[in-house]
Amino acid sequence: MTNKVWVYIDQFKGAPNPASWEALGLAKTIADLMNSGVTAVVLGSGMDAVVQKAFANGADSVMVCDDATLTDYRVEPYAAVFTKMVSEGKPEIVFGATSTRGRDIFSASAADLNTGVIVDATEVVSQDGALVATRPVYAGKLLSKVVCKERRPQMILLRPRAFPAPVETVGKSGEVIKVAAVLDENSIVTKVAEYIVEEGQVSVDSAAVIVSGGRGVNGPEGFEPISKLAAVLGGAVGASRAAVDAGWIPYVHQVGQTGKVVSPDLYIAVGISGAVQHQAGMRTAKVIVAINKDAEAPIFNLAKYGVVGDLFQIVPALTEEFKKRLGK
Amino acid sequence: MNIVACVKQTPDSAAKLQVENNHVSWGDSPLIVNPWDEYAVEESLLLREKFGGKSVAISMGPESAMEALKTCLAVGCDETYLISDPVLKGSDVSSTAYTLAKAIGKIGDVDLALFGRQAIDGDTGLTSSQVARYLGWTLLTYVIKIVEIDPVAKTIKVERMMEEGRQVCTAKLPAVVSVVKGINEPRYPSFMGIRKAAKATIPVWKAADLGLEPSKVGAAGAAVTWMDIYPLPVKETKVEIIQGSSPEEIAAKLADKIMAEKVI
Ligand SMILES: Cc1cc2nc3c(=O)[nH]c(=O)nc-3n(C[C@H](O)[C@H](O)[C@H](O)COP(=O)(O)OP(=O)(O)OC[C@H]3O[C@@H](n4cnc5c(N)ncnc54)[C@H](O)[C@@H]3O)c2cc1C
Ligand SMILES: Nc1ncnc2c1ncn2[C@@H]1O[C@H](COP(=O)(O)O)[C@@H](O)[C@H]1O
Repeated sequence: MTNKVWVYIDQFKGAPNPASWEALGLAKTIADLMNSGVTAVVLGSGMDAVVQKAFANGADSVMVCDDATLTDYRVEPYAAVFTKMVSEGKPEIVFGATSTRGRDIFSASAADLNTGVIVDATEVVSQDGALVATRPVYAGKLLSKVVCKERRPQMILLRPRAFPAPVETVGKSGEVIKVAAVLDENSIVTKVAEYIVEEGQVSVDSAAVIVSGGRGVNGPEGFEPISKLAAVLGGAVGASRAAVDAGWIPYVHQVGQTGKVVSPDLYIAVGISGAVQHQAGMRTAKVIVAINKDAEAPIFNLAKYGVVGDLFQIVPALTEEFKKRLGK
Repeated sequence: MNIVACVKQTPDSAAKLQVENNHVSWGDSPLIVNPWDEYAVEESLLLREKFGGKSVAISMGPESAMEALKTCLAVGCDETYLISDPVLKGSDVSSTAYTLAKAIGKIGDVDLALFGRQAIDGDTGLTSSQVARYLGWTLLTYVIKIVEIDPVAKTIKVERMMEEGRQVCTAKLPAVVSVVKGINEPRYPSFMGIRKAAKATIPVWKAADLGLEPSKVGAAGAAVTWMDIYPLPVKETKVEIIQGSSPEEIAAKLADKIMAEKVI
């Protein structure tokens, strides 16, 4: 049996996007109000572990399409089966995590299904039979409340780390509904040749702690103290556009309007002035710390804690201090 | 090879925004070509230079969006069309994508439709995928490099930027491609280009010219509606500056504060 509330579980090569569990948590809360359960949708190949994880995170049933054509992410086979599942199962609501794949699949399927998509929601409430979502617009300077009033399902992608993750209950299980793929390999025009992946680094997308460097770090070697602090805190390295444009660090690290939008628990901005375009990417961090030698830098208007000083003295001292405290 | 770049006119990201009665305004701050779309326009120019054909920029919006298209002409686009009609007011992603798909169809013989990854006003980043769906074309999003195109065999190879790294893939044309920063360095308009653009008359397409169904456009065709828009509530927290007589003392005090926040 499928439920009225569904959650799409985003995964890459079998590693689930943690924001999918946050979506599952919200789905539970909303489904409870509707006296319904939650169905998780898993697409990929070799998905047994992901299916188990979905149950552990609160899914009541899981619909899975486990097929060789879904080994590599490609929008055609993913959206094709997703559209079919939704048009047959007729959920009221489909949640997911905002990610490159989430945007692709939800948007493509919404076009197929003639419904709307809400992306990057940071708050969702049920009101008069529809879900009203709050989402940042205009680079996060404004908030909008949006609703998909009439068409169904309501398809809502949540901003990662904006909702709490559920507590896992290991060993929980439920009904697994297997669905066949819609497209066969011959009818899929996109073929994946390879991946170029930076190994061994924490990506800023889902990091709980980010230490970011800007023009103030003064060169590629200036990212060394930044990386050391990030490593001790188990976090990711971020950067301002000025540092990326200077060629000191690759673009994947850029935070801001033309980079990644992140919501870590802790964001340490080092040698970053805090231009509005940078703020657009990190404003929703829970605790912001700024280290800058200019007491007038706008980043201090956003930060909870600040140090006015030379980053080359403060950052190594902070790294040593945390090494002691965290026993590393 | 004919290439279309879809451009939206947006307020500058540095503009001071004002909201009144759910209406956003930006004083006398200039309207610009959505920064992401500059990469789409530049890529269309690079591909035209390589393969011939024409680079066409289109925009849906009010009369003022003419200026954005003039910028496209000034950097070297061969043709531009403005899609403007009062019935298109209140469009959301679905109705915008439907309209743009029809416009791309009208241009005809297009191999590639280029989009920015997202528009910096609504920040949705969903339009390109829906256009691809309406046209029934290949969809390749977040492209950071067009590795090669074979205009005869009608194939394309790209690198897509995902959270985990780059995905290299091949696919068939015609395709809808959304691009990200890093794909190229947008050029500045030339003096000649600016002069040419200033004199150009940009054709305007109305809903009827595109054969749009009234129920699918503008507010009528919108699935998602904006109920409310308001400035970000001001954060109450005032910055607490950590001081001390040495970097070590400051570090220790700061670490205390961070530990107390329970974020580590
Ligand atoms: C359309 C558009 C999109 C943009 N998108 C982005 C984006 O996505 N992300 C982004 O970050 N920017 C973006 N920008 C650029 C943004 O406007 C700023 O130019 C950029 O963020 C500045 O980077 P920064 O803070 O590192 O450099 P600066 O503004 O130069 O600041 C450097 C800071 O380092 C401090 N400093 C220097 N030396 C030291 C030291 N030894 N110790 C401590 N502090 C020191 C200085 O006091 C200064 O405050 C965008 C701009 C535009 C127009
Ligand atoms: N009104 C419009 N006119 C032309 N292109 C648009 C319009 N709206 C969106 N686009 C294109 O779609 C991309 C994504 O926009 P969005 O989905 O609104 O974030 C933009 O970068 C543009 O390339």
